[in-house]
Amino acid sequence: MAFTKRPDGRKFEDLRKMEAKVGVIKRADGSAWFKIGDTEAYAAVYGPRELYPRFMQNPQKGILRCHYNMMPFSGSGDRIRPGGNRRSKEISFVTMNALLPVLDLSKFSNAVVDVFIEFPQTDAGSRCAGITAAAMALADAGIPMKDLIAAVAVGRVDDKVVADLCYDEEAYEDGPVADIPLAMLPASGKMSLLQMDGEIGKEQLMQALELGKKVMKEIHVLQTKALKEKYK
Amino acid sequence: MIKMSKALRTHILNSLDKGMRLDGRKADEIRDIKIEFDVTKNAEGSAKVTWGETEVIAGVKMGLESPYPDSPEDGNLMVNAELLPLSNPEFETGPPGIQAIEMARVIDRGIRESKSIDTKKLCLKAGEKVWSVMVDILPINDAGNLLDVGSVAAIAAIKNAKFPEVSKDFEVDYKTKSKTGIPMKQEPIEVTVYKIGEHLIVDPTIDEMKVYDARLTVAYIANGDIVAMQKAGEEAITIDVIGKMVELAHTTSEKIRAKLG
Repeated sequence: MAFTKRPDGRKFEDLRKMEAKVGVIKRADGSAWFKIGDTEAYAAVYGPRELYPRFMQNPQKGILRCHYNMMPFSGSGDRIRPGGNRRSKEISFVTMNALLPVLDLSKFSNAVVDVFIEFPQTDAGSRCAGITAAAMALADAGIPMKDLIAAVAVGRVDDKVVADLCYDEEAYEDGPVADIPLAMLPASGKMSLLQMDGEIGKEQLMQALELGKKVMKEIHVLQTKALKEKYK
Repeated sequence: MIKMSKALRTHILNSLDKGMRLDGRKADEIRDIKIEFDVTKNAEGSAKVTWGETEVIAGVKMGLESPYPDSPEDGNLMVNAELLPLSNPEFETGPPGIQAIEMARVIDRGIRESKSIDTKKLCLKAGEKVWSVMVDILPINDAGNLLDVGSVAAIAAIKNAKFPEVSKDFEVDYKTKSKTGIPMKQEPIEVTVYKIGEHLIVDPTIDEMKVYDARLTVAYIANGDIVAMQKAGEEAITIDVIGKMVELAHTTSEKIRAKLG
């Protein structure tokens, strides 16, 4: 059966329904909540604060540490064992790389900015939702930033180029699928996260990237709105 | 740090002497409690408790497992707490520390010892297939009293849980929830009473939790019986004080029970 219609009835270039809130965790220096479809992320920022272990300290500038974690009951099927795994370690690493290009940590010698991202509920696209939430939390924490970061996965399902894949689309079995998580600096359109799983030709890849650029601007609009909302 | 907590302690004590806490509450007064159910759709049951500024999510996952050989007709219950560094600047990443382990175990004991869950009813086929009920408690914002808030969240999540559908050959269909919930005979409520100087308080803030001398957690079931207790803190306490703490825990548990509905 060809892929002619998305399981949730969206148009191919549509994002799932989004919601964003800033300042949701009172104890954090900055925090945000972002929901896209059934994927829901909390991000909290603590710091800049003194970095331990000391050997990691950098007198030239502060460092960024990101921690991606799915709650044990957040996924469909079996419980996820807490405590992290290779997947969460890698995602934490690419999350850090996605956020770093907009941060100016040069004033924070020997310090660390910790970003904790937690998911009570997931339905694909969690790393991108996490990055989108983390960017708002960093801004809320007052960390010097050149720009925000918006993130979303694009890709192809069968012969269609789609934005913001849900789980059922990632798991589509009747044709090839490509899942391409992206993060972008909205002002310049430069990408700070680019990963790919699956199968896609060069032409469709370029289409997917252009689509990503377009829809990430929508995410950016929501991010700025949520940030302004807090300081009204 | 020690000097600071000394000053904080003096400040809290002076205020308590005047019958008032730093946030304006009385010693036996608890903050507002709000309970939401079904907060995450992939869990078999879930609840979010907002208690003052403390926010905790609990989720229940269920899995089919082989029973332990010494109890072939009993399902299993597991309670776990992760003190997320997202919720408190003093929590660190890594394996659960003693605070998380104590919290999970004390909540687990309240549920287990009250026999609130009939583990026989978690059995699908004796000696072969039983349900394992896994409760995870995760704070989003820690503004004090995590243990008590966590215990309410755990009970609420268990109450909210529905078994997934199971086929004849014991394949679990997690996408389809049945209408059957976990049979609960009791709803234990845990209340921790903190002793600061000569004062007894419940529902502490972060600051109050930094300066207490002793604490006692008491788990109550609806008929007023106690099903679990745990004392901690540096100070030893007299039987007289224990009596007062147990009493205060009881009246507080009744207030919380009314909220749980």
